[in-house]
This record gives sequence, C-alpha cells and structure tokens, in this order.
Amino acid sequence: MTRATTVAKTVAAKPRPATMAQALQRAMRDAMAEDPTVHVLGEDVGTLGGVFRVTDGLQKEFGEDRVTDTPLAEAGILGTAVGMAMYGLRPVVEMQFDAFAYPAFEQLISHVSRMRNRTRGAMPMPLVVRVPYGGGIGGVEHHSDSSEAYYIATPGLHVVAPSTVEDAYGLLRAAIASDDPVIFLEPKRLYWSKADWSPESPAAVEPIGKAVVRRRGTSATLITYGPSVPVCLEAAEAAQAEGWDLEVVDLRSLVPFDDETVCASVRRTGRAVVVHESTGFGGPGGEIAARVSERCFHHLEAPVLRVAGFDIPYPPPMLERHHLPGVDRILDAVARLQWEAGS
Amino acid sequence: MQQRSSTVQAPPAAVANRPAPPPAWQPRVDPAPLLPDATPFRVIGTDAMADADPELLLRLYAELVRGRRYNAQATALTKQGRLAVYPSTTGQEACEVAAAMALEERDWLFPSYRDTLAAVARGLDPVQALTLLRGDWHTGYDPHEHRIAPLSTPLATQLPHAVGLAHAARLKGDDVVALAMVGDGGTSEGDFHEALNFAAVWQAPVVFLVQNNGFAISVPLAKQTAAPSLAHKAVGYGMPGRLVDGNDAVAVHQVLTEAVARARRGGGPTLVEAITYRIDAHTNADDATRYRGESEVEAWREHDPIRILERDLTERGVLGEDGVREAAEAAETMAAALRERMNADPVLDPMDLFAHVYAEQTAQLREQAAQLRAELDAESEA
Repeated sequence: MTRATTVAKTVAAKPRPATMAQALQRAMRDAMAEDPTVHVLGEDVGTLGGVFRVTDGLQKEFGEDRVTDTPLAEAGILGTAVGMAMYGLRPVVEMQFDAFAYPAFEQLISHVSRMRNRTRGAMPMPLVVRVPYGGGIGGVEHHSDSSEAYYIATPGLHVVAPSTVEDAYGLLRAAIASDDPVIFLEPKRLYWSKADWSPESPAAVEPIGKAVVRRRGTSATLITYGPSVPVCLEAAEAAQAEGWDLEVVDLRSLVPFDDETVCASVRRTGRAVVVHESTGFGGPGGEIAARVSERCFHHLEAPVLRVAGFDIPYPPPMLERHHLPGVDRILDAVARLQWEAGS
Repeated sequence: MQQRSSTVQAPPAAVANRPAPPPAWQPRVDPAPLLPDATPFRVIGTDAMADADPELLLRLYAELVRGRRYNAQATALTKQGRLAVYPSTTGQEACEVAAAMALEERDWLFPSYRDTLAAVARGLDPVQALTLLRGDWHTGYDPHEHRIAPLSTPLATQLPHAVGLAHAARLKGDDVVALAMVGDGGTSEGDFHEALNFAAVWQAPVVFLVQNNGFAISVPLAKQTAAPSLAHKAVGYGMPGRLVDGNDAVAVHQVLTEAVARARRGGGPTLVEAITYRIDAHTNADDATRYRGESEVEAWREHDPIRILERDLTERGVLGEDGVREAAEAAETMAAALRERMNADPVLDPMDLFAHVYAEQTAQLREQAAQLRAELDAESEA
C-alpha cells in the first residue's frame, strides 16, 4: 500500500450509535471527497442507494458520473471497472449479492488478479469489489453464499472481511487506497449491527493484513472473521461457565494472512478452533489449520479443529440455522479440545 | 413462430377497439440507420479509389507487405522452437494494419491473442510483441507507453476493458478512442454482449472490430451464429453496424477511420465486421485440412489483400516496380532483424516470479521468495 490509509481527524466528536452499513457508506463518501478518481459503480447503487442502502446518498452528492447505475451484468461491471482502472480511476464496484458475483469470476481471475503481474507492475488494478456475503438473513437461493475460498485461491487478490462498525470504515478506506485489487466481503447480517462510533473522527486504520485479538483468553483460541466473530465472542462468554477462557482472534484479512498474530495466540493457549460459515472441505479453515499445525505443532495440546458450514450448497432459509456455525457447535468443538492421544 | 407478412393487414376488430399501447411499445430508435448494408463495403477496384490519397495507399501497401513478412517470420520461429505458438494473421493483414492506422497516438488498442501484427503496425517493437508467445513473460511491453492493452488470451474479455477505458477517458475530458478487436468466435462470448451493451448505454467512444476469418479454430461461422451477419448484432444494442470487405485495406481503413472519428466527436460506439479469411491454420498445433478444403483456401488466395491492392495500384500507376521492390526490401530488413534478435536466449530472473504479484509482497510471498533464493544459491554453488 503506497497511499496513506490513516484518516484520523483532529476534531473530536462524540461517539453515537452507527450501523456497519452507515460506516461503509461514510468510508466511500470520505474516499470520494478526498480523491476525485474514486468511482462507485454497480446495479442499483445510484438512485436506489443499493438494495442494502450502503451507497445511499452518494449519487446525490457526487453525481451520476461518479456513482453509476450500470446495466445488470456483473462481468460487464467488473470488466469496465478494469478499463477504468487502466485509465487511472479507482473503481469501487458492488456485486449485489455473493452468488451474483459468479458471472464476474472470469474477469476477476483472468484479468483483475493478474494484471499487475502480467505487465510486470506497469498496470496495477486499484479496484475494490464489494461483496455483501454470507447467510443468516433469510435470503432465498443464491443470496447467502460464503465464496471466500474461491477468492483466496486466486493469487493477486486481497481478501478482507470486517466484523465491526469501526473496522468496516477503516478497512474499506484501506481497500480503496490500496493499489491492488481487494475483495471486500461485507457480512450482510451485520449491516445493521450498531456500535458507538465517531464518524467525524474515525480511528486510524491499520494496513490490510493485520489480525486483532478481540478477546483475551488462556484456554484456547477461536480463529474467525466476518459474521462469525460475534458468534465466537458469544461462545467465549458462554464457555466461561464451563471453565474455558477463550481467546478470539478476528483475522480481518484472509489475504494477506497474519500468521504472526494467529500463531502468537495459539502458542499462548495451546489449542485452536477455526470458525467460519464457508464449507469446511476446501474452505479457508483447512488452510488456516494447516498453517497453525506447521508453525505451532510443539505448542499444540490437541489437533486444530474446524467449525464450518456443512459441505452442502447453501440451504433454503428455513433450514439455514442448522447449517450456520452457532454457539453450541463451537462449544462442542471446544469440549473436543480436551484431546487425549489415541482418543 | 409467427410468420412475417410483407403486406399490411387491418387489425381484427377486437384489437382495433383496444386503447393505444403504452409508450414503452414504441421503438426508441429507428433500426434502419443502424443496419449494415447487405454487401460488404469495398473501395479497391471501384471508382472511389480515384479519391483516395496516394500517400495513404502506398503506406497501406508497405504495411501490408511488412505484415505478411512478419507473419511468415513468426511462423518460421515456431518451427525453430523460438516461439511456443504463433496464431498467424496471414490473409488478414488488411484488418490488422488498418486497425493500427485508424488510431491517433493518444488512442488505445485492445488486441486479442491473434493481433500481435496490429500491435507491431502501431509501432510496438516486434520482439516485445512476441514475448507472450515466446514465453518469457506474459506481456512484453508497458501498455501505458504504447497505449496497447495486453494481448488477451481469453476470448472477448478485453472488450469491456476497452469500454471502461474509453468511458473513463471521456469522464476526464480526454478525446481518446478505444479500438477493441475480436474474432468471429469471440462474438459468441458473454463478454462480447456485455461490452457492446455497456458501450451503447454509456455512449462510450469505442469501436469494435470483428475480424470474421471464417473459423473459430475449426468451427465455421454457420455453426457459430444464426445472425444474417455479425454486424447485424449491432442493431440490438442500439449502435450502427458496418460490414466491410476485410481484405480491402482501403475499405477497412476508411470504415474504421470514420467510426473512430464518430466516437471521438461523441457519436458513440460502432460495430464493424470485416469479412476476411485465415489462410494459415489456427496455430502450428492445428491441422486445418480436417475442416476445410484446399479449393476454399485457393479462392481466398485470389482475393488476397496484398494482391488486390497491388494490382489496382499498379494499374492506376500509383505503384511502380521501385515501390514494390522498396516495400519488399523494407519487409526483409525487418524480418532479418527480428530473426537475429529472436535467436538470442532471453535473460530471465527467476526472482521476478514474486516481484509483481502485489504492490508490496505479503509475508507469505516473502517466505516463498526466500525459499527460491536459497534454491538458486544452492544451484549456483553446485
């Protein structure tokens, strides 16, 4: 990242309740106000303000040239954004729902992710793909996928997922400022989560790629990101009653991956569970568990476990609660960390 | 399917009593001006040649001859193992050359994998243009320096890039035009549709040039599309379609120059279909005898872009024996230089593998780079 990603302002403002959707919108507005090359495009992002209202008001403020309602075509949205980036703009594109992004995958994999590489750095792709992702909102088919495994398997992309209002702002600012393409996974069931936040003086932003310890603990580490972070924090509270003091690491970024923070935590606690909504087989948890095993083997008291979505296509909304990793399933995994050789 | 009737019939009474249809029923554009002419536009061999600038004609001729020689040399380089593959444009040189010559320096070219010649005709160093095909790096040049996007191997995916770039240029107030090239097979891809649709809706300054060379590897046009012509596809997007003889360099240059000028003055995109023929096989890995007969190829040789231009210019006295010889000598000089430079093995740095994945290397890539460094050091010590 060559551009400043810190946006701390000197004016102190009183924190007040804000939603993640508002923080994301504020991040785009601030980025657009500071940098005339930042453009927002996608289906319904203009007049409607996005189906989740994340881009609400941006077109009114910045005009149709900078906040553009495109034809309904994801490959076209991302493909034209590539051309815009070639000409020096910084496009922020919205894929309306996770599974709607699939038509754009060829653009993403064949061009966006490798343009810098194939041109020996002459043609960077400073664009952001915002993907409202994940389940838990009762969406019908193709509205709840967790597709991060596809993104992290593609070299050249950064893959980021905020879990808090503050991070939503900071990470999106960092993503827009990044000279590399960023897949920005917005946990859509946290869009309306609230926190006291000062939009006029947002906290300084760490560069993309830094995990954070959300809760200190000593008995085991829950490694998670995005929509599973609040679930893990809830599980950690519940585990206290059973004598487990759990540490919760919020990755914030899957690529780059913060081995340092994760492994430091696991070396302290000696046990680890990876938690995410995405499928377990071929999912990010397998990669994370392998990395932890390779680096922390002698510190581990038990195998690294995974609590993930089942290896099924995302279920219909009336069944999704059985699929999504919840507090009980995490606690069951924690119980299994009392592992004995041969068991 | 309903039968179309050429005679106008009175509507049945029940329909006549209905209220007027909603405004959405009215076509927004009269399709007639968007439709291509039934026969491809030609200039060579017609009276219109008298109006053409002799200097331009001679430049076109010299570029065609050089292009033919370039195709022959690159094909020879594959046989010598110097190129992994070369998709030849022998027979299609008029399209390649006219594409390059229709653009101003500030304009952008978006070539497909077959269009190295267009890039060379635009002034790109032939060795840089062939880097992808030699295999030392994916793109051998700085796209911004030459305003030539990387040669696109996936079909039609570079077309939306051309639209986005042209759109961005217009937003910035620059009168830049993007010319995007695609083959007949590429018109079946979804990105072709999305690019044309975006371009028309945004009125982006883009020209799409379809080189219809008859085959997508082995699949003939009739199995590719049921449209009357590929230029007809323009109508559905709301942009003009132009059909041109792709072996008539003067006609292609004229049509493209007009389309570029129209785009530059804010008139929006144009779809040009140039009907041409791929004389060579798809690549050196292809056996063209399996899907087409020699008589067909022979007929197209008669309609060769160089032969028809040379004959016309000679008859008109624009081109003499000296001109023919000079063009051939210039082409030969280019080929000799190319041959010599391609005979040298490129010097590669394996550490480049990690140099341009991200602006800043991730910790993971730093580790892997260190691993490769250690392997290289061990190799050099051994």
